[in-house]
Amino acid sequence: MQAPSKKPAVPLEGSENYAAEFVPPLLDPERETPALVSGPDGKAAMKRFNVYRNNVTVSLIEALAATFPATARITGEAFFRAMARFHVRETAPTSPLLFEYGRDFPDFIARYDHARSMPWLADVARIERAWLDAYHAADAPALTPETLASVPPDRLGDVVFEAHPATRLVRSDYPAVTIFAANRASDPVGRIQTSAPESALITRPDLEVAVRHLTPGADILLDRLLSGVPLAAAATEAASHCPTLDLATVIATALDAGAFAALHQGG
Amino acid sequence: MSTLAATPDRLASASQRFPTHEIDGLAGTSFKHQHLQAILADNASGGFFEVHAENYMGAGGPPHAALARIREDFPVSLHGVCMSIGGPQPLDKAHLGRFRDLVRRYEPALVSEHLAWSTHETTYYNDLLPLPYTEATVTRVAAHIDEVQQAIGRPLLLENPSTYVTFRESTMSETAFIRELVKRTGCGLLLDINNVFVSATNQNYSALDYLSDFPLDHVGEIHLAGHAKQQDDEGELLLIDSHDGPVSDAVWKLFDIVIGRSGPIPTLIEWDSAIPDWPVLKREAAAAQLILDRHSEAASREKSRASA
Repeated sequence: MQAPSKKPAVPLEGSENYAAEFVPPLLDPERETPALVSGPDGKAAMKRFNVYRNNVTVSLIEALAATFPATARITGEAFFRAMARFHVRETAPTSPLLFEYGRDFPDFIARYDHARSMPWLADVARIERAWLDAYHAADAPALTPETLASVPPDRLGDVVFEAHPATRLVRSDYPAVTIFAANRASDPVGRIQTSAPESALITRPDLEVAVRHLTPGADILLDRLLSGVPLAAAATEAASHCPTLDLATVIATALDAGAFAALHQGG
Repeated sequence: MSTLAATPDRLASASQRFPTHEIDGLAGTSFKHQHLQAILADNASGGFFEVHAENYMGAGGPPHAALARIREDFPVSLHGVCMSIGGPQPLDKAHLGRFRDLVRRYEPALVSEHLAWSTHETTYYNDLLPLPYTEATVTRVAAHIDEVQQAIGRPLLLENPSTYVTFRESTMSETAFIRELVKRTGCGLLLDINNVFVSATNQNYSALDYLSDFPLDHVGEIHLAGHAKQQDDEGELLLIDSHDGPVSDAVWKLFDIVIGRSGPIPTLIEWDSAIPDWPVLKREAAAAQLILDRHSEAASREKSRASA
């Protein structure tokens, strides 16, 4: 379901609103060629109009294929293009920036009938969508371990981390990170040996996007820290879910990944 | 509350300035990130690169790093694809703001957009859609061009479209429409010769007649590209502006004729899909440069004869 359409400020009358007549058949193959266009000398324009139909649909399918290459590799090209075509027709982009397109695609995959046998596919797509967000995110230096080390030990519990602009967390009940990593590269994909839930930490401290696999508990801790919960409170909550969680290792991993931009000391 | 960050001065990169590079008389190519290393390793001088503005409207990351690197050494042409200047609804102010910011940030040698539209209400169709050529549309498109030029503080080069259909309500030819826009807005033009050839074939008119009627004095850039062949409803040839191959012989001939009339104009080889390795793209640009140089020499010989 799309947001209600915003009408232009000045209503357009009659043939002046050529755009309103031109667009309905672009994403709806059932609709006829608009009467306002023709070939030269009044010739029929069905195949001619189909060039625009094709440009719109195919270019948007290709935009999704470019954003979700691992997803496409898992499903195979024909499956992916059919699935993407349904999504394009249901949810066309609302921004001229194509790298913003496809935010609703993972949810679409989750309810796509033909993908039911791959319950982890939507999470792989979520990691890919987060990967592209990290790629285009604002540049910022990452918080260094030295900066954290400069905080007096008695103040550590109050520390609030500021997420780096590129940092994303995707939680999955499936081994989504392993499946993502195996299919994002061009090497042959072997048998996936794990079935354990995996969450992904996506970061881009400099120019390379990195995707790390987070163990259970680590994802809860980082999720809270990235939401601005102070360190002590976040650690307590994560430990209640996962008593064996090694706090220092998780923080070191996050710093190494460049997950934070800064820290604030309360008081 | 105190804050500790790694480097306090995050704004340093926003105020960087680039060297000025002349673009007059040069041939260039579309800039594709996969070519960056090959271009830098080439140690080439001369030539320019064109980028689609929208690809650099993200906040940061590799796209900006690559463009900043290329802009250091080469003139850059900023080519907008989805301003929807030819649409009936008001321009998207947020998008216009992003476009203006890119012009300020990268100080491009050329700035261009299309005589087309791509957004209706809130949906973005990702294609360059056509418009009828009437008194009402010329007035609105002129207002949109004015608005863009106000925002960026410099003239815009407007590109002629490739079209597959014609509007029954059109009352002007495309060239008359474009001349009127130039007159009303003072904008410059980006003459896409492949688009002329594609539209002329599809609409059954002469590309040479079109070019004779085109205001060449206002052309600040030329595009050359490859096209694909299909058939229309009657089985007649329908050309598709596909940007996925080398420039056709017919388009090279038209280019030669145009440059013979106008003198050298910055010329871009557009290649946006099925992108070849850098040397192939570079050879296409070299072929364009050869034609530009030949006419440049002819023009200077004429000049020296006249002054002798």
